[in-house]
Amino acid sequence: MPEQLAFTIEVFLNGLMAGVLYALVALGFVLIYKASGIFNYAQGVMALFAAMTLVGIQNGQVPFSHLINAILGTDVHHFGWHVHSAIAIVFTVAVMVVLAVCVQRFVFRHLVGQEPIILFMATIGLAYFLEGVADLMWGSEIKSLNVCAAEGACLPQGLNMWIDETTYNAFGYGFFIDNLDIVASIVAIILVVGLVMFAQYTKQGRAMRAVADDHQAALSVGVSLNFIWILVWSLAGFVALVAGIMWGAKSGVQFSLSLIALKALPVLMLGGFTSIPGAIVGGLIIGVGEKLFEFLIGAPFLGGATENWFAYMLALLFLVFRPQGLFGEKIIERV
Amino acid sequence: MFYREAGDFNTSYAEDQQTFPIKFDRYRYYVVLFIAIFVVPFIINDYWANSFLLPFLIYAIAAIGLNILVGYCGQVSLGTGGFMAVGAYACYKLMTAMPDVSMFIHVLLAGLITAAVGVLFGLPSLRIKGFYLAVATLAAQFFLVWLFNRVPWFYNYSASGQINAPERDTFGILITGPNTEAWATYMFCLIFTIASALVARNLTRGSVGRKWMAIRDMDIAAEIIGVNPLRAKLTAFAVSSFFIGISGALFFSIYLGAVEVGEVFGITKSFLVLFMIIIGGLGSIFGSFAGAAFLVLLPVLLKIVGVDWLGWPTDIVAHLQLVIVGGLIVVFLIAEPHGLAQLWRVAKEKLRLWPFPH
Repeated sequence: MPEQLAFTIEVFLNGLMAGVLYALVALGFVLIYKASGIFNYAQGVMALFAAMTLVGIQNGQVPFSHLINAILGTDVHHFGWHVHSAIAIVFTVAVMVVLAVCVQRFVFRHLVGQEPIILFMATIGLAYFLEGVADLMWGSEIKSLNVCAAEGACLPQGLNMWIDETTYNAFGYGFFIDNLDIVASIVAIILVVGLVMFAQYTKQGRAMRAVADDHQAALSVGVSLNFIWILVWSLAGFVALVAGIMWGAKSGVQFSLSLIALKALPVLMLGGFTSIPGAIVGGLIIGVGEKLFEFLIGAPFLGGATENWFAYMLALLFLVFRPQGLFGEKIIERV
Repeated sequence: MFYREAGDFNTSYAEDQQTFPIKFDRYRYYVVLFIAIFVVPFIINDYWANSFLLPFLIYAIAAIGLNILVGYCGQVSLGTGGFMAVGAYACYKLMTAMPDVSMFIHVLLAGLITAAVGVLFGLPSLRIKGFYLAVATLAAQFFLVWLFNRVPWFYNYSASGQINAPERDTFGILITGPNTEAWATYMFCLIFTIASALVARNLTRGSVGRKWMAIRDMDIAAEIIGVNPLRAKLTAFAVSSFFIGISGALFFSIYLGAVEVGEVFGITKSFLVLFMIIIGGLGSIFGSFAGAAFLVLLPVLLKIVGVDWLGWPTDIVAHLQLVIVGGLIVVFLIAEPHGLAQLWRVAKEKLRLWPFPH
């Protein structure tokens, strides 16, 4: 196989993996948007918050320790214990549920019936708020995140040697693919299947779809909107946690983690805001598209770092021709 | 008691339609202008100019610009930082290419160039709406910042990739570069701020502004009663970008002097200006000033209270600032969607009756 072609295929595969991670973030957006019509800009910060909480609990950090030290003059930092990953994840999920209840109770219950754009701006405010709280709670330094099921069974790092060797023997060219990306893809697939099953086959899932379809009709047959919204925000918090673990294990838990929300926005525009398959397909298209564009056109001709804007330009061009996205519902307007 | 329209008789249509119909308001406005023009320049010092007055004046122009687009025309834009960068780089290229021309001309030309770029990125607004458009304007933000970072022509092939404002004067008075006087830079910005506010106020109450507001309130209905959406939206993008370009040019040449585009004109700048108009008041010129003043003063105040008085580390104060700003945005959107300007309006209504109950 010619070198250039093999290289392109490798870029393609890596793009596919990156796309899966984008889709993972986009999924959280779609969940909330379908059920409540809120476009949740804070999803990326929620991922950051979840990952920081997980690391904090794992390492036994004292929450708000910097603030407490500054006010009381004490010097506390750690409880001095390490928590097993599984237990830490359970606690983090609990924190995300509490967060969901608070968000619903204190913010969005007061904004029911407002225009979508007002809700969108409120989530931007929420994102700033959460980011500040996360930093105050756990400190803003870069943390490394590793989730281990048992001793020696952690999230894998580094390149996958097996693929490298097998492809080298088969084509004379070894493909470099991260172990973590493979795990992330598998987790994403399980998560999507799980969510679809939940929405299709459980009572709460059905209620969730009913709310997404028509608020008032759902209300009139006895579905509690309040409960469904809390449920949906909790689910989005859970998805954020998964995304946070994957991205955090890849590049460390730091502020830039919250910027993955900005990566997920064009994915949503491409796939349509209301469609779970749309989020997946959109994520894959954007992931592959930006890696291939950077490799074939960006780096040789445009000076590189085109990944920042390529997704947006693609989505913009796409929207001009199909405003509702690939799988979105057709937008009908009435006066 | 003193704040009422009784005894103030309008004898012409022009008087009837003036911006400040109540005598007290009118005099207050003249007093503010008088203080800003004839008192402040004589007592100003470098600390006040750099920590409050200059950023306030410059952000006020940007906020007016964004308010025209978001508050009056209803097209949410998150590309403010990118458009400010266009103004800054246009100003830089003009300053270095034509050293003898007055800075006034450079800044105005930079505004015009930004207006053209704004129209270009405003074109998708004809097809897409609401937060789809908000996300689409992010394309402008990222693309423009990338462009100024990567294409050496824009920063004159300087080794650092930064742009530095060379020394330029207007009417023999130095206004850019390191050796400027505080009053000169202040007056230069003040002239632009006053002119922007006047132009914006008169545009928004004329036929152009009414068309914008019709589009904002319901675009399809506006189209049916004969507002051309193409012209209305694109003029809003052009005028808004013009102001934002001017503020970007001033921000670079007068206030900072040296700019690294990703740091100064990144997406946080877009959000900052958006927050200014949300807190100040969507669809209000006064609100743009109030919001700009509020968000420029807040970090200064927090620093004084947190770091100087309480002795907290700076990073905690910075995080606390995020919490406060984010919380305020949510509180304002819930409790008072029209912002500080509405609080001011309510206060004035109360003043009209005060001290009588009815």
